[in-house]
Amino acid sequence: MASTTKTNSARRNSIQTIGFSGLTLLAILTVLPILFIVVYIFVKGISAISVEFLTGFPSNGMRSGGIWPAILGTVLLTFGTAICAVPIGIAAAIYLSEYAPDNRWTRLIRISIVNLAGIPSVVYGLFGLGIFVLSLQMGTSILAASLTLGIMTLPVVISTSEEALRAVPQSFRVVSRSLGGTQWQAIRRIVLPQSVSGILTGVILGLERAAGETAPILFTGAAFYLPTLPSSALDETMALPYHLYVISTQVPGMPSDIQFGTALVLLVLVLGLNLLATIIRSRARRRRMW
Amino acid sequence: MNKFVLENLHVKYSDGVEALKGVSLEIPAKSITVLFGPAGGGKSTLLRTLNRLNDLSDVTEVSGRVAMFNSDSSATDLLNPRLDVIALRRRVAMVFARPIVLPMTIRENLTYGLTLAGERSTIRLHEAVERSLQQAALWDEVKDRLDEPAISLSGGQQQRLCLARSLALDPEVILLDEPTSGLDPISTTKVEASLQEIKMNYTVILVPHSIQQAARTADQAAFILQGQLIEQADGKELFLNPRDKRTQDYIEGRFG
Repeated sequence: MASTTKTNSARRNSIQTIGFSGLTLLAILTVLPILFIVVYIFVKGISAISVEFLTGFPSNGMRSGGIWPAILGTVLLTFGTAICAVPIGIAAAIYLSEYAPDNRWTRLIRISIVNLAGIPSVVYGLFGLGIFVLSLQMGTSILAASLTLGIMTLPVVISTSEEALRAVPQSFRVVSRSLGGTQWQAIRRIVLPQSVSGILTGVILGLERAAGETAPILFTGAAFYLPTLPSSALDETMALPYHLYVISTQVPGMPSDIQFGTALVLLVLVLGLNLLATIIRSRARRRRMW
Repeated sequence: MNKFVLENLHVKYSDGVEALKGVSLEIPAKSITVLFGPAGGGKSTLLRTLNRLNDLSDVTEVSGRVAMFNSDSSATDLLNPRLDVIALRRRVAMVFARPIVLPMTIRENLTYGLTLAGERSTIRLHEAVERSLQQAALWDEVKDRLDEPAISLSGGQQQRLCLARSLALDPEVILLDEPTSGLDPISTTKVEASLQEIKMNYTVILVPHSIQQAARTADQAAFILQGQLIEQADGKELFLNPRDKRTQDYIEGRFG
């Protein structure tokens, strides 16, 4: 009897070892591609990076010079997206998490958000072209592109913010009410301060995605090449992802270090935002008082 | 003098459960009234009727009469749907079964309710902090660390902080729903001792976590079973000579 138990546990142990090794291997496999992409882009693109590249205008049919208009354009579009998506997104999350009753109407809103998240980005681009550029006569502009990116970013902002709000224990709200507070006082003084880092993380992740998108701005505001910087929200702008697409496919005789240099800048921008989100999250976790 | 008079109170939840089935009860001011009985009998529902915290749960039907008497001996109808529940909850404060400290410092926990009401004077806020901590027998332990996170306190200290937080509002009534159920005996003794102190100035209504605690603390006791008031009497009387067979069985541990 004792010996059976022993062989049994030995067998269970070896199964466990195999299982763990397999899972570890799979985990490493998920890290490898990202590591490979980053290193590859870095090695091939770093030679193009210079002050002139980062702050200059493209020249010689974009085959030399810098990418400053594209960098600035992406920053502007990201800000524009934030202005369009963040207030509405957070307000919607507060409504869904704190106020919405569980009824057909709320379910309809939730289904809409889920579906909004599932729409391909090129469809957003066409939608933006139809509504903002043509019907509302904004033309291809930073405004139209920001609105399009904003709508695309909304579901990410809403669902991550709602999740952050719901993570605040319900008991805090009840206690706040029991001490003579209104529902809004509980939200403003406890729920929002406790969830702000989660909300911020979601916002940054959403904006990061928007910053890297090409399709939604393709028809709504991105320009192939502009000799000057945009001067108002109704101007077109160059943008990094689209510029990368252009110089990779549309320009014959393009030096590859400029292509990879541009890719590197976009990658650093996006991963930088990601890093920022991670830092905010871990700092908030250390300061958390529950 | 009565603080509350309940007449034929019925409370029904949305799932059809009738938590209270016609309870009539008088709760005297400035003493400790203990509501005891087996779990699920409606004690918490009764407490939450008195500060209208039931408004936040899915209560669908409330009927009967619940009156709270004010200092000028006028009465407030607590079931009035248009009652200012915010003002009511400042007068009828509550301590919950688990110590729920808010995610802020000790001081901020204590001033939270007052600042919600718009109090800004740092002098008055500080007075309330010290007074309430003294009343909850916590002042000596935390006076040098008021600006530390409240979560850094021990469980027993946290619950006394919750009691102090309610007292900081200087309410008229303190409701306590099994406040010592998660506490060690020493902390429990401290909470019970402060209840004996504060009952001079406040109406205390306690759902105890044991019959022993009920017997130790009660000035009046009410035995509640399955949504009904079985009997009510002065504390010692009820535990020494229960009139109803069910009360006797429960006190002697034959069920529950």
